[in-house]
Amino acid sequence: MNQAASESGGTGPSHRQVEIGVAGAMAILAVIGIYGSIQVGIGWGADGPRAGFFPFYVSLIVLISCAINIITVLMARETRKIFAEWSQLRQVLSVLVPTAIYVALVPYTGIYVASALLIAFFMRWFGRYGWLATVAVAVFVPVATFITFEMWFLVPLPKGPLETYLGY
Amino acid sequence: MLADFGNLFHGFAVVAQPFNLVLMVIGIVLGVIVGVLPGLGGANGVAILLPLTFSMSPTSAIIMLSCIYWGALFGGAITSILFNIPGEPWSVATTFDGYPMAQKGQAGQALTAAFTSSFVGALFAVLVITLIAPLVANFALKFGPPEIFSVYFLAFCSFVGLSKEPPFKTIASMMLGFGLGAVGLDQMTGQLRLTFGAEQLLNGFDFLIAVIGLFGIGEILLTMEEGLSFRGKTAKLNMKVVLETWARLPRYWLIYLRSCLIGCWMGISPAGATPASFMSYGIAKRISKNGHKFGTGEIEGVVAPETAAHAAGTSALLPMISLGVPGSPTAAVLLGGLLIWGLQPGPLLFTEQKDFVWGLIASMYMGNIVGLLIVLTCVPFFASILRIPFSVIAPIIMVFCAIGAYTVHNNTFDVVMMLVFGVMGYFMKKTNYPLAPMVLAIVLGDKAEEGFRQSLLSSQGNLGVFFSNGLVSTIMTLGLIALFWPVIQTLLVRARDLINGTLRPAG
Amino acid sequence: MESRNRFFFAGAALVGGVLALSGPARAWEPTHPIEIVVPAGTGGGADQMARVMQGIISKHGLSKQSIVVINKSGGAGGEGFLDVKNSKGDDHKLIITLSNLFTTPLATGIPFSWKDLTPVAMMALDEFILWVNADKPYKTAKDYIDAIKAAPDNTFKMGGTGSKQEDQIITIAIEKVIGKKLTYIPYKGGGEVAVQLVGGHVDSTVNNPIEAVAHWRAGKLRPLCVFDSKRLDYHDKITGNMSWNDIPTCKESGLDIEYLMLRGYFMPPGVSKDAVAYYVDLFKKVRETPEWKKLMNDGAYNQSFMTGEAYVKWLESAEKLHEDLMRSAGFLAKK
Repeated sequence: MNQAASESGGTGPSHRQVEIGVAGAMAILAVIGIYGSIQVGIGWGADGPRAGFFPFYVSLIVLISCAINIITVLMARETRKIFAEWSQLRQVLSVLVPTAIYVALVPYTGIYVASALLIAFFMRWFGRYGWLATVAVAVFVPVATFITFEMWFLVPLPKGPLETYLGY
Repeated sequence: MLADFGNLFHGFAVVAQPFNLVLMVIGIVLGVIVGVLPGLGGANGVAILLPLTFSMSPTSAIIMLSCIYWGALFGGAITSILFNIPGEPWSVATTFDGYPMAQKGQAGQALTAAFTSSFVGALFAVLVITLIAPLVANFALKFGPPEIFSVYFLAFCSFVGLSKEPPFKTIASMMLGFGLGAVGLDQMTGQLRLTFGAEQLLNGFDFLIAVIGLFGIGEILLTMEEGLSFRGKTAKLNMKVVLETWARLPRYWLIYLRSCLIGCWMGISPAGATPASFMSYGIAKRISKNGHKFGTGEIEGVVAPETAAHAAGTSALLPMISLGVPGSPTAAVLLGGLLIWGLQPGPLLFTEQKDFVWGLIASMYMGNIVGLLIVLTCVPFFASILRIPFSVIAPIIMVFCAIGAYTVHNNTFDVVMMLVFGVMGYFMKKTNYPLAPMVLAIVLGDKAEEGFRQSLLSSQGNLGVFFSNGLVSTIMTLGLIALFWPVIQTLLVRARDLINGTLRPAG
Repeated sequence: MESRNRFFFAGAALVGGVLALSGPARAWEPTHPIEIVVPAGTGGGADQMARVMQGIISKHGLSKQSIVVINKSGGAGGEGFLDVKNSKGDDHKLIITLSNLFTTPLATGIPFSWKDLTPVAMMALDEFILWVNADKPYKTAKDYIDAIKAAPDNTFKMGGTGSKQEDQIITIAIEKVIGKKLTYIPYKGGGEVAVQLVGGHVDSTVNNPIEAVAHWRAGKLRPLCVFDSKRLDYHDKITGNMSWNDIPTCKESGLDIEYLMLRGYFMPPGVSKDAVAYYVDLFKKVRETPEWKKLMNDGAYNQSFMTGEAYVKWLESAEKLHEDLMRSAGFLAKK
């Protein structure tokens, strides 16, 4: 499916750029790891390695591998292969953005209210369900979750103003 | 020995009492539920039922509670296969072929194979426990830090080097996993490392959060890119699928046997179910004729890890009873229960509380049989979940992923991390970085490092400690052979050609 | 069936809670489940105590609300302490402590102190005992010390829980007294440490009684001395001929070291006085139950119970002691 889409002639970011981007991001993590390891000591003490020994070499290997991966990409013959079409990426973003908002909302509204909103959004936006079905599912799932987690299994999940208002 | 069998039959008689059978079914059903819901584990199930058990006899109580454990083990495979979200570390390897099978419309087959394999693995382990329990307990005592490290080493070696991805991408991904696993408190020096003063990083990166993000959220993003639906809607929804799959399974008897042995060995040496599942998958992939097809939905790739994981999970109960060391949070809660019932876990439990121990062992047999029957009848129901429209099920999966990530440390920051891992998983998968080595490294990395450094502490920094006795040398050598197997294989082929080549002119 | 009843019960409690909120002020009662944070992993001493108390409270119906036990062990327990510190005014949250209340902020620099929390009650003090493998020839602490003195530095291996925590503090204290270095090997939990000693991978441990008692009874381990000022006051025979009381103090054996570990409860800052009084009362009731007495007996705990002023005084002196011990061992975090 993926190949088919790539060959259908749409435009999008090139696979090459993304490859380099991913390797670059990993390299940044590796540099952070190296820096953090040096802070706690990367030596080999009298009784074995210090706290930073493993993370240091591990990060170093990541850095080297990333360099090799970037070089491999650069050496390879220029291809027209694209990472994904813009329309596909828009699809991905249309899930990612609401989910990011959801994750950001959880600490403030509690997980139940945020979940109801997320489910309602998905069903209306992508599923084009009627309001009745949307509201039914969006309310039922968090309530069932609340009963299962908070009441039966006594697992406290993040709660917000609504739950406080209800006395929980 | 004979006396033991007498005890076991007595145990069966106790377990088969109607009241106990009812408790068993309640336990299994509850266990499957907590096994399926991310954020709930066997520990939660045991914890809520514990108060109810105070009025029962310890034997009835342990039957019900251990059945939660079996149920949760069975349940763990369901989300791995249907949604690519492993709820427990030992279900990760099940996703490699289980999820592709579900995508091909074979969810029913994958689930049946997984459940049956769990059952076979567990049953084999219970037999081992019944027959050679005392031997086994002493074997566990032989494992000090160098031995434990060598087992992790072997698990890594038998798993790496077999992906189709470019080698430096595999290395980068695995090492990144080690690095992420190292964040937090360094157990050996009590120092914080790589936390940069951030309170949220005290815990490091838990495997579960990484896996929910990389596999679960990442998969949803990939699905979105390809259009708004899950593949695999065509899964057959009747019980015939179970029988058809069963007809296929006996031909994999060798995989079963090998996985059972790997599992029991890893479970008794305290390495546990996770390395067992990875190792078994890795070895199956190397040895099987269909090895090159692993990862695209091969039933063998479901059988091998599930069998090993459950053989390990079950045989790990033995050190727990006889040494009093809990192998998992669930086991820890169970141990707490033993104390309240006035039983002291330890070497003497076997002689002082015969009824209890043999009742427990008998309930392992019965619990697994009852459990298998229950989950198999539910296969069509589980498979039908894939028919729910994507726009309804996707947000619900997201919600449960968030709950699962939150409950690991009761921390909303982890939910954010889950999403970050999700994006990471999407990009890594699209650019051919294998995710499995990374997850394996996050799960086992800190334990392996701990074993390595404990060993060096006790040997005063002498690396010879890893070849200091027969046990550890053997395991390390096996590990090295596994690591260099492709090279060795090539050399062997060359050597054979060479011999053939030199022989031919002569002959 | 059970779960349905439970749900009904919980639902009733919820309604009851709302009513209680709107009604006139009376003695404080919890309105929803009470959370006990354990700043350590599952299966350790603190975790065991919290879970046994959870069991006792639900079995005897001592509280209308159920108890939830949550482990927050990250950063040597720092995660749990920070969580409680940041839950200002939460009347439904408790934390059970071990020595990491003092050692973690000192060793890691994680910013919290017991003064950030509201002390509730000391439930007991946990003892430490010097254990060796029963197959080894050391019958008394003196035998063992002599063996250490006769051998070069770092010959003997001491297993313990965690790094720069109570077990290692005691190890350093032993080194100071006898003038020889021991190799300290940190493990994750006390149970694991005891098994490593049984397997002969370390030479001695300073396990708490409850972590090692099963192996002692099985004849695998031998207690040499207890790090307390007086012998333990438990006279029931544990093995054929020994009770906890028969173990000499380390001071008697020429190892003048005392160390006891706090098992006590704290609450977040800014909680109401009535809530604290409620929990003190609840804990007093717990102490009267047979299960609690059995736990004390099994684990040979020092049954000191303190609240209020006395507890605070004890904490102040314990904090000072730990700071001195950690400083002289060189365990303080670099600022």
